[in-house]
Parts: sequence; C-alpha cells; structure tokens
Amino acid sequence: MNTIMMSVDRNQVLESFRADQEPEWVTVLREQGFRLAEELPLPKLEKTNIERWNLGTFGEIRRPAQRDSLKDAGGATSEWIDSDNALVQRNSGIEFHRLTEELRGQGVIFTGLEQAVRENPELVKPYLMQAVRADENRMTAIHAALWSGGAFLYVPKNVQVAQPLQALFLLDDEEACFMPHVLIVAEENSSVTFVENAVSAVSRKHDQFGIMEVFVKRGAEVHVASVRGLGKQITDMTYRRAHVEADGRIRWVVGEMNAGNAMADTASILQGDGADSDAKVICVGAGEQHMNLTTRAVHIGQFSTSDMVTRAVMREDATAIINGITKIEKGASGTNGQQTEKVLMLSPKARGDANPILLIDEDDVQAGHAASVGQVNPEQIFYLMSRGIARAEAERLIVYGFLAPVISEIPNDRLRDRLQSLAERKLGQA
Amino acid sequence: MNTTLRIDQLRASVEGKEILKGLSLEVRGGEIHAVMGPNGTGKSTLASTLMGHPKYEVLGGSVTFNGEDLLEMDVDERGRAGLFLAMQYPSEITGVTNSDFMRSAINAGRGEGIEISLLKFIRLMEANMKTLEMNPEFMHRYLNEGFSGGEKKRNEILQMMMLQPKITILDEIDSGLDIDALRIVAQGVNSLRSADRGFLIITHYQRLLDYITPDFVHIMMQGRIVKSGGPELAQRLEAEGYEWVKEELGIENETVGQDEDAFQMPMNTTGPKIR
Ligand SMILES: Nc1ncnc2c1ncn2[C@@H]1O[C@H](COP(=O)(O)OP(=O)(O)O)[C@@H](O)[C@H]1O
Ligand SMILES: [Mg+2]
Repeated sequence: MNTIMMSVDRNQVLESFRADQEPEWVTVLREQGFRLAEELPLPKLEKTNIERWNLGTFGEIRRPAQRDSLKDAGGATSEWIDSDNALVQRNSGIEFHRLTEELRGQGVIFTGLEQAVRENPELVKPYLMQAVRADENRMTAIHAALWSGGAFLYVPKNVQVAQPLQALFLLDDEEACFMPHVLIVAEENSSVTFVENAVSAVSRKHDQFGIMEVFVKRGAEVHVASVRGLGKQITDMTYRRAHVEADGRIRWVVGEMNAGNAMADTASILQGDGADSDAKVICVGAGEQHMNLTTRAVHIGQFSTSDMVTRAVMREDATAIINGITKIEKGASGTNGQQTEKVLMLSPKARGDANPILLIDEDDVQAGHAASVGQVNPEQIFYLMSRGIARAEAERLIVYGFLAPVISEIPNDRLRDRLQSLAERKLGQA
Repeated sequence: MNTTLRIDQLRASVEGKEILKGLSLEVRGGEIHAVMGPNGTGKSTLASTLMGHPKYEVLGGSVTFNGEDLLEMDVDERGRAGLFLAMQYPSEITGVTNSDFMRSAINAGRGEGIEISLLKFIRLMEANMKTLEMNPEFMHRYLNEGFSGGEKKRNEILQMMMLQPKITILDEIDSGLDIDALRIVAQGVNSLRSADRGFLIITHYQRLLDYITPDFVHIMMQGRIVKSGGPELAQRLEAEGYEWVKEELGIENETVGQDEDAFQMPMNTTGPKIR
C-alpha cells in the first residue's frame, strides 16, 4: 500500500492552484500526477535503498507576499542575489523577481513558472514535463502534482544573454510545500547562463522533489550552474535533464553541498548531430548523510560529444554512490563520450563508490572512463608538511586541489566564492 | 647561535626491517657534507628519517637540531625549524598550484599576521625561477604534476631557495639531470652557502661534487657511515669505485634490508665520528 501521499490534502492543493487562475491543462497534469503517484514505484537507485528515507513529508502550498525590493525578501536572500535578473522563490511561491528592460526588449522571459503557464502557455505547454515525464516514477508523478513557484526562462532565437540570470529557492517554513520546477527554453543560436541556489532554514524533516528541464535548440548554448545548500532536515531529490538539438551545447556545473540525504540525476540527451555536453559535479558529504549522484549522457545524434567529471569528498560517516552513465544509441556514429568519477575519503568511516557505466550500441565511437576511490595520500601530506605546512592546512590544500578542476570552471566569481565557502563549511573549516 | 644538526647512533627501520644501524654525523653551519654510497645502502632512509616520514620508525639514538630534540618534532615543525629535504621522488599534487603551495609554505614559516604580500611573493618566486632558468609558467602549474624528472629537481631547489633553510638535505638531486641542469642546480645551492647554513648532499656520483665542493665526504654502507674523509675521498671513489672500500672493511654486501638472513654478518665497526 502506497502511503507516500497521505500527508498531502489533494483538494487543498488543487483548490489552491485553481484560486490562482491556473489554466485547466496544468490542473489536468496535476490530477494525472496524483493518480500516477498511487500506482508507480519510487525510482530504483544503484546501491541506495530510498525506501528507508521515509519520503512523504511535503507540507501544504504556502505562498509568500510579493515584494518589490530584494531588501524585503526573506532570510539572507540579498546575500545570495547579485544579478540584475533574478528570481526568488520562498516556500511555495515567488517572492521577488526582476528582469532588465534591455532583456525584456530582446524578448527574453524570466518569471515564475506559475506566472508563465498563465501568461505564456504557448511557450510553456510544449515543454513542461516533457523532458522529465510524470509517468517515470512516483517521484516525478508527485512533482507533477505538487510543483509550485518555479522558474521559466525563455531566450528567443539569436539572442545572446551575457549576464547570468539567477534564481534562489529558499525554504524557511516547515509547513510549506517546496517543489520548484525550472524550465529553460533556448531557441536556435541563442545563449544564456542560468545560476540557481537552493537553501533552507527549517528544523523539521522535509522532502523536496525538484525537476529542471532544459531545451537547447539547434546551435544554442546553455550554461547551468546549480548549487544546493539545503539543511540537514531536507531530503533533496532532483532530476535535471537537457534535450540538446544539433550543434547545441549544454554546460552543467553542479555543487551538491546539501547537509541531508540527496539524490540527483543530471542528464544530457544529445538528440541532434554535433550536440555537446559538459558536466562537472562536486560534492562534499559530512555527518551521516547518504548521497546518490548520477550524471548521464545519452548520445543519439552523430558526432555528439560528452564529458562528465564528478569529484566527491566524504568526511565523517557520509556515504556517496557516484554513477556515471554514458549511453551511445545505435546510429550515433562518430560520437565521443568521456567520464571520470573520483571520490576522496577523509575518514575511515566515510564511504564512497564510483560506478562508471558505458552502454554502447554503435561501433564507430569513442568512449572512456576513469574512476577512483581513495584516501588522502600520506606521501602528499608528508611532502607538504616537510615544507613547514601544518597538517590541517596540508589536508585543506589537497582537498581543494581535488575539487579545483570543477570549482575553477564556475562561470561567475561570486558563485565560485560561495561554493567555496559552502564547501569550507561542510569540510568543517569555516 | 650557529646551526648544528647532530646525529648520534641513529637506528631506524622501515616496514619492520632495520635499515639505519647506528649512524652518527654532525653537520654545522657553513659546512657541506657529502654522503656517498651505492644503491640500497640506506641513504634515502637517513634523509626520510631525519625529515620524519611516518613510514620510518626510529629504534634508537638521538638527533638534535640546534640543541632541540628533532625526533620529538612533527614533520611540519622540523620544516619550520629550518630543515629542508629535497626529495629523490617528490609527490605530485593535482589542483594545488606551485605558487599557492609555495606561498602556504612561506607563510607557514612566518606565522599569522606577518604573511608575505602577494606582490613581494611573486617577485621573489619569479627571481628565483629566473636563476634556475625555469619557465615562468611553472608558477601556475599544479605541483610537480606532469613535470619531467629534471623539472621536479629544479622545483625542489626552487623551494629550497624560497625557504632558505638552515640545514638542507639533497637526496640524489643530481640523478636525471644533464650537465646544464646540474650546473644550474649547483648554482642555486652555492648561492645559499653561508656561515649559518649547512648541507648534507646525498649522491652516488662524484659529478655534482665538481660543482659543489664538499668539506667532508662520508661513505655509507649497510646503514652506517663506514668511512669519512675530505674531497679527495670522493675523487678516489670516482676513479676506483666502491670495491676498495668494501675490501678494506671486509664488507661483502654493502646493501641493507634487502635479503635479511643471507647477508647478516657481524660488523663491529661503527661510523667514525666527526669531531
Ligand atoms: N619506503 C620504503 N619501503 C620499504 N622498504 C624501504 C623503503 N625505503 C627504504 N627501504 C629499504 O631500505 C633499503 C635501503 O634503501 P634506501 O634508503 O632507499 O637506500 P639508498 O637511498 O641508499 O639507495 C632498501 O633496500 C629497502 O629494503
Ligand atoms: Mg636513495
């Protein structure tokens, strides 16, 4: 018997969205989500039993008051936001958003997703829940039923957006449902950078099922940086998935700095010829945290290329299962898929597992993988200490050196600093 | 106070095998000592034990550095006290740039609040790299990663020049260097020579000693110093090899720790003490 949705009052949810003038087709998707959630199983994860995570604490839809100024927005919001084009979701709804006249003039749309389904249904409907579908598993179904707030980013054909657009997802009400959905559509030959952060301040158990869908059209380029810093009480389950058309590019930089259990699955579906994906993931685990992180590249188009790098540092009793999946479909000749997963363990009780998986149905391809799990090398510590560097500092240098290949790739200085400080906090050094 | 490193009857083991079997030596400021010996005689073990490598266990004897008990100090304390080991096989550390590493090392020696300014540091590093004829890009390369053997050796000497240690141990700094590189490395060492700095140069070739003239030459076999002399000893070794030393001392197998039972022979000689 499926009990996961028992804490949710279905009628309250549907009523709340109806009151907000949500179009009928979205309500239909939600109802379908509720139905599927009763039937479908939870996703099966490699070496992690999420049945034990007792998922099902979602809260109710609680929207914040809209603010005109960032100063009035919740918590430490203003510390996080530095873009002129920004959006803040607090609990179940959008609290603040702004977009420069210049970008508006170019036809760029950047709003809450709930607003977008009302105002731009023709741009949203063809994409919403299409890269990640409601009927994949119980988690995606629940998300389809309960998502709220969210972000919609639309970049018209040939428009290049230089400045990163930024979204902050903040949970500070333990009774509130928190399930943002991010939808990005980059039309032909456009380019854009989207930066998201998720943070929380609650002291009771809470589950978050998030989805990000990215549609990269022919020749477009999308950079996504996602830094998760949710608290210990939150179980963060996230799918990120990009569909990339011919000659399009997706760049992922992901910082998994949550304090609670987490599942993340970041995938690039390289649909078109010459499509390209680059994914860099870093993760720091501490306490009793369990994490299951997957990056995927699915090659369908010919001459498509992918590179995935994951670096995870585990301390205390933390456990990480790191999966890299390169799938090359029949007919995807001339493709090249590479992946590397490395786990560094700082304590004897920390556990890490790196699973590179290559699934190849075409002959004329290149694919490679490298994986390692290990402790800090005592020779390296000795070498640094012999130059007068204290042990703690030597370890710090080695750990940051281990994370450097990802941190140095972050497109924006402040985000890099923030990721660095989140990492420091998780490493117990700040 | 003048610099003194005093090693007295030092015994040490690695992986349960006793390698240093009562080694005595004193290095003072202003002196250059060469420790020579065939492969496998315990030279690197001496260097690693002095630096405090965790794999090497001290079984007996004492080492004082300027009167303090060196063996009681942690590795980093030894480094900050002014001991430096240019290693035979330096570690590679991905993600840590040469300059970040060097700055951490210099600041570790200086302490909080009196860190070297970035500008001053860069000037210092650039100047030293120029002396060593190193490509400036090595500043931003990851520490020793992808360096050739010779580049690693130069990088060790660079660190020595930046840190200005009181006692420097060079472990086979000459191996894998061509004549040009050897000359440059020797220049680096000679530039640091002063009345309060001492050097312990480990090598099994005379070659390096053509560029750095030692005050004392010691021959190491079976984990001890078996013979000491002046620069002429190195020259004789170059001309005649080690056989005559073995014959003179009745040593059949000069190595240590390799095949325990077969070659354990009673040896009542202890290393001659300097002074
Ligand atoms: N790290 C080590 N692990 C195991 N054995 C070692 C190690 N270092 C030295 N030894 C032992 O000590 C002996 C002497 O080695 P070493 O000190 O490296 O000699 P040298 O530098 O004179 O060539 C070796 O034959 C080996 O048996
Ligand atoms: Mg050696």
